[in-house]
Amino acid sequence: MLEFTHLFLEDYVSDINPIGGSPKPAMATPLNPRRRGIIIGASDGLGAELARLLAREGYTLALLARRKEMLDSLSAEINRESNEQRTFAYAHDVTEYEAVPALLRKIVSDLGGLDLVVFLAGVNYPPGGIDKYNFENDRKMIEVNLIGAMAWLHPIAEMFQSAKAGQIVGIGSVAGDRGRVGNPGYNTSKAGLATYLEALRNRLTRHGVNVLTVKPGFLKTEMLKAAQGPTPFAIPPAKAAEDILNAIKKRKQLIYTASMWRWIMLAIQHTPSVIFRRLSF
Amino acid sequence: MSLPLSTFKQFENFGHSIQASSYQIPIQKTEDIFKAFQLAEKLGLKVTARGTGISYNDASLNGGGIVLNMLGMNRILEWDPGSGLVRCESGVTLHQLWRCVEPDGWWPPVVSGTMRTTIGGCLSTNIHGKNNFQVGPIGEHVVEFTAILPTGEEITCTPDSNQDLFYAMISGLGMLGVFTSITLKMKRIYSGLLSVDGWHVPNLSRHLSDLCENAPHYDYIVGWIDAIARGKDLGRGQIHAARQLKEGEDPDPHKTMQLRYQHLPDRFFGVMPKSLLHYFMKPFVNNLGWWGVNTARYIAGLRRHTFLQSHAGFHFLLDYVPNWERSFGSGGLIQYQSFLPKETAEDAWREMITISHQRGLPSYVGVTKRHRPDKFLLTHAVDGFSLALDFKVTDKNRATLSRMLQDFDQIVVKAGGRFYFAKNSETSAEVTRAFLGDATISKFKELKKRCDPSDLLESDLFRRVFG
Repeated sequence: MLEFTHLFLEDYVSDINPIGGSPKPAMATPLNPRRRGIIIGASDGLGAELARLLAREGYTLALLARRKEMLDSLSAEINRESNEQRTFAYAHDVTEYEAVPALLRKIVSDLGGLDLVVFLAGVNYPPGGIDKYNFENDRKMIEVNLIGAMAWLHPIAEMFQSAKAGQIVGIGSVAGDRGRVGNPGYNTSKAGLATYLEALRNRLTRHGVNVLTVKPGFLKTEMLKAAQGPTPFAIPPAKAAEDILNAIKKRKQLIYTASMWRWIMLAIQHTPSVIFRRLSF
Repeated sequence: MSLPLSTFKQFENFGHSIQASSYQIPIQKTEDIFKAFQLAEKLGLKVTARGTGISYNDASLNGGGIVLNMLGMNRILEWDPGSGLVRCESGVTLHQLWRCVEPDGWWPPVVSGTMRTTIGGCLSTNIHGKNNFQVGPIGEHVVEFTAILPTGEEITCTPDSNQDLFYAMISGLGMLGVFTSITLKMKRIYSGLLSVDGWHVPNLSRHLSDLCENAPHYDYIVGWIDAIARGKDLGRGQIHAARQLKEGEDPDPHKTMQLRYQHLPDRFFGVMPKSLLHYFMKPFVNNLGWWGVNTARYIAGLRRHTFLQSHAGFHFLLDYVPNWERSFGSGGLIQYQSFLPKETAEDAWREMITISHQRGLPSYVGVTKRHRPDKFLLTHAVDGFSLALDFKVTDKNRATLSRMLQDFDQIVVKAGGRFYFAKNSETSAEVTRAFLGDATISKFKELKKRCDPSDLLESDLFRRVFG
C-alpha cells in the first residue's frame, strides 16, 4: 500500500498568539525590494525549505505552524543568515478558523503588505489498511487540509482580488488525483483542495492574481522513513521547494514535483474504473 | 466605520518602482478622518493620508496599514478674486486650483512640475517651484490651515498662532496630523503668458554660475543638465528663465488668461496623440539611446532664444507626455535629488556625475534649480542649488545603483547638503540624522508625541527615515 506522507503528522496544540514580538522588518525600497509572503505550515520539511529559499530571494516572511520551538529556531536561523529581520513567527493551528481574520490583519501589518501566500499545512492519518475506516481521522484531515485552507485563502483571495495583485500557492498532492483504496479521507481532502484552488484560479486570474497548485509526490522527510511500501521518485524537500520557487517566478498554474509525477498521474487518472477498482493501490 | 477586505488595494509611487498594499478608506469630510483614526487604534493599524500618490518615493505608501484617500475632500471652499485668497480642502489638486484662479488674473504662488499634486501633499512635503529663490516654498504662502490630529483634536494654525505646529506640519510629511482646509494667497498676474529666455551652458561651472547670476533678474529659473556628457562637457545643458509680463505688456490679457490658452497640446506635431508617445520613447531609454536624445537636444538649444509661453506650459513639464515614466520599463524609475550650498555644489556634483559614468549608470534626466533657505522644521532648502537626477531601475542594476546612491549620500552630507523627502527613495535613517541634525529630529519627535501619542500616523517613508 502506498501512502503519501510528505507532510507532518502530529498532535494538536492550540496557540494562535504571534510569538517573538513585532520588530520592524527591513524597509522595502525600489532598489532593495522586499516582497512579503506568508507560509502556513512552515515548521519543517517542505515549508522550512521554502522559507529559506524565499528569504534568500528577498522576501519578508510570516511563518505559521503549531510547533513554536521549531518555528522559533527556523526563524532565528533565517534572520541570522540574512543579517536582518526577514521572518516573523506565529504559532497557529489552522483549525482555529475564527482566529484567522485578526491574525491575518496583524501579519499583513507586521510584514508591511502582502504579495504571496503559501498554504501547505496538512496532516495525513492513514487508516492502517484497506478495510479500515476511521471517521475521526478523516474529519481531522478535512478540517486541516481543506477547511483550514479555505479559512485562510478565502479572505486572502478577497484581498488580492481587490488589490488586483498577489499570488496564492496551495500544496495539494498527487494523492488528490484519484480516489484510492489506501486512504479515502486524505484523497478527498487533497482533491477538494485542488478543486478549490482551481475555482479560485478561475475567479482571480481575470484580476491579475496568480493561483498555483503544487502536487508533490513522495518527499524524503522524517515521515517517509516510517512509510510502509515502496516510495518511488522520492525527492528531498529542498528540491521540491526549488521547483515551487521556479513556478512562483514563472507564475505557473499547476506543477507536479518531481515532474515525473505529471506523466504517472496522467496514466493513473486515465486508467478505466473497471480496472482501477480491482487494484489494491 | 469598518474595514472590509475589499478595501485592500495595491498602491505605487509615481515611478512605478515600488508597490505596497494597504486598506483604503475614502475620506469625504473631516468626520471621516476622525472615525478612521478611531478604527485604526482599535485594530492596531497605522494610518497615512494619500492624495494622487505621485511622490517619487514612499511618502504616501503605508504597507499593511490604512491609507486615507483624500481625493474626496476636493472642494474649493472660498475664492476671493479681490484679495487673491483661496480656501480649499486638502484633496484639491493644483490643476483644480489654477483653473479656478487663473481666469481672474491670479496664479498659485508655488507649483510643482506636475499639476496633479494635491494641496495637502504640497504642504506635507512643502513643495518648491522654479521660483524658490524668489518666493520660498509653498508654506510661505499659507495664510492658515486646519488639521485633525490623531488625538481627535481639530486645530487651526497660522504663522502667528500655533506657530510651532505651523512650521512643523508644513514639511511634516503628514506625520503630525491630516490637513483638512488650507487658505493660500495667490500671486497676481497680468497676462496668461510668461516671457521665457533659453540659452545653452557648456559645462557645470558655467551652468551653476549662470543660474546664480541670472536668478535675481527673473521670476523663475530652471536648468536642464545633460548628465551623460563627460570630460570638458560635463554639466552642459540649457537654462530656461522666465519672467511674468508686467501690467500693460500684454496687449490683450483677457484673451491670454482664458483657460483655453493654458491648455497643453493634445498632439505632438499636430498628429501624434500624446498618450501614445511614451511607447515611442521606450526604445531610447537606455545609455546609447539617451545619449543621442541629449546630444540632439543640446544642439537644438545652442541658439539663444526668447519666446512667450503659457503659465501651464512653462510649469507643468511633467504633464506634457502622459505616462512618460512608463517608458522607463517594468522596473520603473527613481529620482535622486540633492540640495547643496552654492560653495560646494560644483565639486560635489562633478564627483557624482563622474562616478555615475564610471559605473555605467548615467542619469537620463537632470534638472537644476536655484534655492534659498526657509524656516520650516524639516526643510530641504539651502542657499544654493538642487540637482535632480532620474535613474532607470532594472533587475540587473539594483545592487550597483543602490551602492552608488549610498556613495552619493556621503558626498552630499560631507558637502553640507540636504535632501527632499518627496523625492529620494533610498535615504536611510542614518543619512537623515546626519543632514537634519539630532536637535531637529528630537523637536519633530517631541511634536509628534504631542499630536500623535499613540503613533497612529506612519508612512513607509517615515519608518524609513525616522525608523
